[in-house]
Amino acid sequence: MSNPLLKVDHVGIQFGGLKAVQKFNMELFEGELVGLIGPNGAGKTTSFNMLTGVYKPTEGTITFDGKVTNKLSPHQVTKNGVSRTFQNIRLFKELTVLDNVKVANHSLAHHSMLSSIFRLPTHFKGEAKMEEASLAFLEIFGLDVYKDELAKNLPYGMQRRLEIARALAAGPKLLLLDEPAAGMNPQETKALMDLIALIRKKFDLTILLIEHDMGLVMGICERIYVLDHGELIASGTPEEIRHNKKVIEAYLGEEVPL
Amino acid sequence: MRISKTFWIYTILALIGYAVVQMLITNGQLDMYYANLLITIAINIILAVSLHLVIGITGQFSIGHAGFLAIGAYVSAICTMHFHLPFIVALAIGAIAAAIGGLIVGIPTLRLRGDYLAIATLGFAEIIRITFLNIDYVGGAAGMQIIQQTNWTYAFFGMFVTIVVISNFTNSRHGRACISVREDEIAADSMGINVTYYKVLAFAIGSLFAGLAGGLFSHNFFIIQPAQFNFLKSFDILIYVVLGGLGSLTGSIVAAVLLTVISLYLQDFPETRMIIYSLVLIVVMLYRPAGLMGTKELPDLFKRKKGGKVHE
Repeated sequence: MSNPLLKVDHVGIQFGGLKAVQKFNMELFEGELVGLIGPNGAGKTTSFNMLTGVYKPTEGTITFDGKVTNKLSPHQVTKNGVSRTFQNIRLFKELTVLDNVKVANHSLAHHSMLSSIFRLPTHFKGEAKMEEASLAFLEIFGLDVYKDELAKNLPYGMQRRLEIARALAAGPKLLLLDEPAAGMNPQETKALMDLIALIRKKFDLTILLIEHDMGLVMGICERIYVLDHGELIASGTPEEIRHNKKVIEAYLGEEVPL
Repeated sequence: MRISKTFWIYTILALIGYAVVQMLITNGQLDMYYANLLITIAINIILAVSLHLVIGITGQFSIGHAGFLAIGAYVSAICTMHFHLPFIVALAIGAIAAAIGGLIVGIPTLRLRGDYLAIATLGFAEIIRITFLNIDYVGGAAGMQIIQQTNWTYAFFGMFVTIVVISNFTNSRHGRACISVREDEIAADSMGINVTYYKVLAFAIGSLFAGLAGGLFSHNFFIIQPAQFNFLKSFDILIYVVLGGLGSLTGSIVAAVLLTVISLYLQDFPETRMIIYSLVLIVVMLYRPAGLMGTKELPDLFKRKKGGKVHE
C-alpha cells in the first residue's frame, strides 16, 4: 500500500505523574474506516485530543498527509485536513443551525474584515458562497428544515447529526468521530451507520471513530484498534479483534454475537 | 441585497434624526443642557457598543474599558492642545493609539479566561490611569486644560460610524467566528477558527472605538483628570452592556440611553442618587435576568410579530 494518510508513531502524553497514553502506534490509509475501542478511561478521547492538537503529545510524532502535526494548534490541524466531533456535544448553542455550519466553513471564503465592514462586493460574494455550501451540507443530513432554529433547540439525535455536518464543513480528509452513536436508540444508530457510509463515499473520507456500540463498530469498521490503560493491546480486522484473548479480557467480556 | 436595503432605511432614519436635532440646536430651541445630554448619550453609546463587541460577541469579560477611554482622551487632547492638530485628526490618532494599547494589553491577557481575564484587564486599566497621573506633560493629578470642541455633529457621526462598523463586523464570517469563540472555544478552535486572532482582533476594535469615545469625551469638557477614568467608569460601561443583554447590540444602546438619562436626572438628588441608581439596576436584573433585550435585537421584536401573521 501507499504511504499512510495518518501515521501515529510511539505517541504518549503525561499529565503530571499520570501516563494517560503511551507508545501509541497507528496507521490510517486513505479511504479506510477504522474503529478505536477500549474500556472507559482507556485514553481514547485523549488520543483524539492529541490527533487534533487540543493536547500536545509529550513523546512521539504524529504525521498527517506528510506533515508533522503534533506541535500545531487545533485550528492549524483542522486547516491541514483533520476535523472532529465531540463526545459531549459541543455545538455553538446560541447560533442557528445554519450558522453553526457556516462557522466551520470559515476558511471557504476569503473576504477580509475591511470588505465586510464596508460591505464591498467581495463580502456579499463570499457570504453567498458560504451560505450555499452550508445549506448543501445541511441538506445531506436532512437538517435544512431546521436551518433557522437555534442549535440548542434541536432534539438530541439531530444535534449529533449537526455536529457531524459541522465537522464535514471544515473540509477534512480525515474525520474523527467521538462516540457518534452515544445515547441513540437502535433505529437512530442504524440511520447513523448508513449516513456515515454515505458521507464517506461522497466526500472520499478517511474515518476514525470511537464507539461503545459493538454492533456499530464491528458492522462498519474495516480495522479496529483497541486501547486499554493507555496502551494499544490489539489491532486488526473485526474478526481478529473478536477472537483476541486480551481484548475479550479487557473489554468485551465474552465473544460478541453478531 | 436585502441587507443593503434595510441598511439604507436605517441610515436615512438616523440622518433625519441627526438633522432634526441639529436644526433644533441651531435655532436655539434645544438649550445647552439638553444638547449636552445628547452628546453624552452618543459618547456612552459608543462605549457601550464597543464593549459589547468584546463581552457580548466575543465573550471576553474585560472590565478595563476606561483605560482605553483614557488613552483616547489623553492622546487626542495632546494632539489638539500641544500639537494644534485639527480635532478630527486628533480623534483618529486617539482612536488608533487606543487600538494599539488594546493590542499590547490584549495579546498577553487574552490567554486568560473568565475571572482571571477580568482582573488582568482591570489591572491594566489602572496602570494606564496611574501612568497618566504621573506624567507632568499631561498635567498629572491636576488635569489637563482642553478647549471644548465636541459638538453634536462629531458625537453623532462618531456614534453612527461605531454602530455601522461593529454591526457589519458582527454580521460577517469574522463576527460569526467571534461568536463561536464565545459559545465554545475548544469547538471553535477545532473548526478551524484562530481563536487567539479573533479575541485580539475584537479587543483591538473595541479599544479603537473606546479611544474615539475618549477623544469626544475629553473635548466635551474643559479639563480632564485621571480620576475620571478610574475603575468606576469601567463598571459604568460594563453595566450598559450587561443591563442591555449580553450579545444584543441594540440592547446595549437602549441601556446606555436609559442609564445616562436616569443618572442625569438623579443629579438633582445627590444624597440618594446612588441608592436609586442601584435600585433601578436590581429591579431590572430581577425582572429581566438576561438583560433588557436578552440576546435579541430591536428589529427582531418587530419581525416576530410579522412572522406570526405570515403563518396565519
